[in-house]
Amino acid sequence: MRIALFATCLADTMFPAAAKATVLLLERLGHEVVFPAEQTCCGQMHINTGYQKDALPLVERYARTFDPYEVIVAPSGSCVGSVRHQHAMVAGRNARLAARATSVASRTFELSELLIDVLGVEDVGAYFPHRVTYHPTCHSLRVLRVGDKPLRLLRHVRGLDLVELPAAEQCCGFGGTFSVKNADTSTAMLADKMRHVLDTGADVCTAGDASCLMHIGGGLSRLRTGVRTVHLAEILASTEGRAA
Amino acid sequence: MTTFLGMPARAPRGVGHLRGDEPFPVAAREALANAQLRRNLQHATTTIRGKSGRVIAELPDWQELRAAGSALKAYTMANLPLLLEQLEEKVTAAGGVVHWAADANEANRIVTDLVRQTGERRVIKVKSMATQEIGLNEALEAAGIAPVETDLAELIVQLGDDKPSHILVPAIHRNRSEIREIFLRAMPGVDPSLTDNPPELAGAARKYLRETFLSTRVAVSGANFAVAETGTLAVVESEGNGRMCLTLPETLITVMGIEKLVPAWSDLEVFLQLLPRASTGERMNPYTSMWHGVTPGDGPQSFHLVLLDNGRSAVLADEVGRQALHCIRCSACLNVCPVYERTGGHAYGSVYPGPIGAVLSPQLTGVADNASLPYASSLCGACFDACPVQIDIPSILVHLRNQAPHPRTEAAVMAAAAYMMDRPKLYASAQRAAKLARIAGRRGRGLPPPLNGWSASRDLPAPPKETFRDWWRGR
Repeated sequence: MRIALFATCLADTMFPAAAKATVLLLERLGHEVVFPAEQTCCGQMHINTGYQKDALPLVERYARTFDPYEVIVAPSGSCVGSVRHQHAMVAGRNARLAARATSVASRTFELSELLIDVLGVEDVGAYFPHRVTYHPTCHSLRVLRVGDKPLRLLRHVRGLDLVELPAAEQCCGFGGTFSVKNADTSTAMLADKMRHVLDTGADVCTAGDASCLMHIGGGLSRLRTGVRTVHLAEILASTEGRAA
Repeated sequence: MTTFLGMPARAPRGVGHLRGDEPFPVAAREALANAQLRRNLQHATTTIRGKSGRVIAELPDWQELRAAGSALKAYTMANLPLLLEQLEEKVTAAGGVVHWAADANEANRIVTDLVRQTGERRVIKVKSMATQEIGLNEALEAAGIAPVETDLAELIVQLGDDKPSHILVPAIHRNRSEIREIFLRAMPGVDPSLTDNPPELAGAARKYLRETFLSTRVAVSGANFAVAETGTLAVVESEGNGRMCLTLPETLITVMGIEKLVPAWSDLEVFLQLLPRASTGERMNPYTSMWHGVTPGDGPQSFHLVLLDNGRSAVLADEVGRQALHCIRCSACLNVCPVYERTGGHAYGSVYPGPIGAVLSPQLTGVADNASLPYASSLCGACFDACPVQIDIPSILVHLRNQAPHPRTEAAVMAAAAYMMDRPKLYASAQRAAKLARIAGRRGRGLPPPLNGWSASRDLPAPPKETFRDWWRGR
């Protein structure tokens, strides 16, 4: 299958490993990945901070860039959530753009959705010999409703010791600009998330979103906990000879 | 009263409790540092969440009930003027008197005048969000009338000269030893040997309240529901104090927000299943009192219903925001909110705290008067899932953020970012990790305000050697 990658601005800029892993994983599974170079950002930060007018060109750009493709994947639950649940709203009275945005959104998938719902694969042939806990991320869980798809993928990874995260469904406190505008409250939420991660004894915390991982990982690193964050795509891309 | 042509009026300033003294992040900082408050809240919200979750799981048709509740409220809002007139007609026919209050000032004046006409100097009160919203207690006190709160938690708040911090459990921020101290300090006739044993605390409140119930001739209540079809008013509560207030006095004055309406008697079937399970985690509400005008020889012989707008018509005018009027004040969204659980209700500055408060208060007052509240959420969506009438709170938050006044620097940065992100070449050159690293300093510790809020407790990731884009190009 020919799959267009939406790398997301955050992964493209700060966490290229997550986007690279998505490419390598899909190619290993026998698919062709293309990266339309005109892509930038889905506009979620603008939309969620109250700047829908500024986000409009980004929504237009996303629809225009990805309209030619049948299947689009992004290694981020919240960016796909924005594409699916906010883009048509931002388009507003521009009915043509709204229709185009809705159509492209229906072809845009988060990685675990693509693997299980579109490609029908649960065992991607990965090898990752670590004790891992999975944070479900709010937008994957409550906006996209990916349910246990990431866990099903992780359960098939050889060598991986999956440990359940207590209070997993609680937000890590990131929330985009929330973590800056309400930095103290965000930190209080992060403290509890880190406590739960540490309680599992895992050496890796994974999730389907680079942004939440940047937040959790930023806290774990500051406190020198020795626990690292690794994107779900990187775990799934790891094989015996090639570790994430 | 002022006549408005065009957009309906917002809740007026200088009266009531819809506006805080400080923006949310400032008020939250203080709350976050209060270890006792954090512990009380964490314990209380976790307990209610668990209890509510268990009884909701018992109902196979919970999702259908939610959808029904949502549809009934949407129908009510779409037909509100007609239904309100129908209610007025039915209440009047049953011997009640209906008053229309455009805002808090008018409602306070109406209630104060009604109490004055009875010649009484004291009223008993059933816990009511509407009267807290309009600051009725202060208005009554200013007129020389003493209001006595009879809900236990509301009484704790009143005696402690405090503010409610939760819609349903207004003293959720207090633990039993604090409650004992408040009672010893402020409860008339309290036994000085009172301990902090909960049954003993409840006993002290019961003794004080019973005497008050039996010697007060005017009561003020809110209403959970009003049935347009029949003119029936309903109050649901757990302690029986409401039943006392609604049946013992000679005069009953009910203050109700105009959105509390349901079209038909049979609609209560849906809401009386949704409300107790979502709010207190009970299968059935302990005391459900319903009354219908005046019944000669039984209950209050004088009944007044004050219909309160106070910004609600303005909320109704907003296509996205009007869903907030569907709220049945169960507080499920507070109990599941990770922000509320850590900051408590006072940080929101309004009598309506938590996620529903963050969408309701700014709409009642106008967003500019509560500009920080739509941002008091990580948009995690737990509130939407918990809401028994399916209010899409995260979408309303995003909608209100779009209307909120923005700080000038932030607006400039956002515009510049959008400009750059709509130009892939410019974007690619701005992306170069080395540049970002220079601005941020080591692990983000050189970030300027307000970004240093992030770096105060979190490292920034080490910038990658090349962006994904560069890697792709070099493959």
